[in-house]
Amino acid sequence: MPEPKALPFSARDAECPFNPADELYELQKQEELPRVPVPSPIMGEFEAVELTRFQDAKEAMSDPRLQMGFVFDPEQPRTMMNQPGNLLNYNGADHRRLRRMLTSAFTIKRIRSLTSKIEEIVESRLDALEAAGRGADIVHEFSTPIPTLVICELLGVPYEDREGFQRRAKIGLDVNTTREEQIANLGEMDEYMGRLVASHRRSPGDNLLGTVVRDFGDQLSEDELIGIGNMLLVAGHETTASMLSSSVALLLQNPDQLAVVRDDPDAVDDAVEELLRYCSPAIALPREAGEDMVVGGQEINKGERVVTSLLVANREIPGAEGDLDVLDVRRTPVPHVTFGYGSHQCLGQQLARAELRVALPALFNRFPALALGVPEEEIDYRTTSLVFAVNKLPVTW
Amino acid sequence: MKVEVDEPRCVAAGHCVTSAPEVFDQRDDDGVVDLLDDAPPEDEHERVREAALLCPSAAIILQERDGPA
Repeated sequence: MPEPKALPFSARDAECPFNPADELYELQKQEELPRVPVPSPIMGEFEAVELTRFQDAKEAMSDPRLQMGFVFDPEQPRTMMNQPGNLLNYNGADHRRLRRMLTSAFTIKRIRSLTSKIEEIVESRLDALEAAGRGADIVHEFSTPIPTLVICELLGVPYEDREGFQRRAKIGLDVNTTREEQIANLGEMDEYMGRLVASHRRSPGDNLLGTVVRDFGDQLSEDELIGIGNMLLVAGHETTASMLSSSVALLLQNPDQLAVVRDDPDAVDDAVEELLRYCSPAIALPREAGEDMVVGGQEINKGERVVTSLLVANREIPGAEGDLDVLDVRRTPVPHVTFGYGSHQCLGQQLARAELRVALPALFNRFPALALGVPEEEIDYRTTSLVFAVNKLPVTW
Repeated sequence: MKVEVDEPRCVAAGHCVTSAPEVFDQRDDDGVVDLLDDAPPEDEHERVREAALLCPSAAIILQERDGPA
């Protein structure tokens, strides 16, 4: 058996951070499922089976024996990974019960009804970008505020609270923090969300959180409602912001593909799907085998942890045509695992798509001559966080 | 083609509605799949197959063999 290598399962190429690290391609070719050490600020380093192949990832994530690696434990301190109400801390019937309370807010119909609100938010950010002038930072003016403002709409967060809200969300996702910092930050998030939930209890707002409080408030504790709010924030904010920044950075480096997104409205949906596949910004949270199980014909023992490299899995999708290491917005969409797979597949994925489909063409149409404000090789990417991101993306026009 | 849906498995990801809106909808109150046509016409078959392929919880079950008319 080969020695396990110390590498994060979402490692990216040092030269081109949109590509998976070479080690991940090597693991993908290796027949035996590897066991690798995974660093975690919350759990310390642990060993896990690493899945890198698309079929293995799909098979494992849709197997009910594979459970979330962090089941809520009221005896342990609260962290993002240990919180009531967070769908990612539940399995089986408990998970289904909770998810069903939220799915009505994320139906295709409901998301379509949010389109005009999203358009309004995007327009306001384009105005702000224009006002900031050439050299403005896309991350600061555009990609970060848009998903935050959308989530704020869903939760009913008043305008004056939105800055603090954004700061706490950022800390919650930063792996370069200590366990103590995470616990303190979540304490602040809980306190704020508790006030928000209390105000919905008094008078349920006409938004997602208000509707959940109104329809299911008698079945959910304060703690669960707070956890639901935090989950929606953390899951919906940084991931979408990252997709927006990454897409802009990528398209500015591929002007012919940018032109497709800008000029052909019929091509936008497929282009967004390709950008999602190619960027795959989020990790799949660690899972744990609840029973002995088999993935790709190989045994995983009960109690073993399992991590999945979505980024590299998206580069070898069986049946897909063309070179999957190449971004091609004209590609017929391939069924990627960017949003995960199985019963935990991203609840907010249709909202994310809606935001991307509105925001990207709107940006390139408002600024048809948009260009990078720094040389390509100076773009500041963040590869150490749970979510891949661009730290800063100055643009000109 | 015969289409069945396994409602308890559905996780309301919405792929079926975007793939084959003539055949699938979602219930307003919980987003669970609502099968509009369990024997869709042939020009829908490709879209229904796409929906079944994308469904993350394997809640769409297809019988490809044509049954009696």
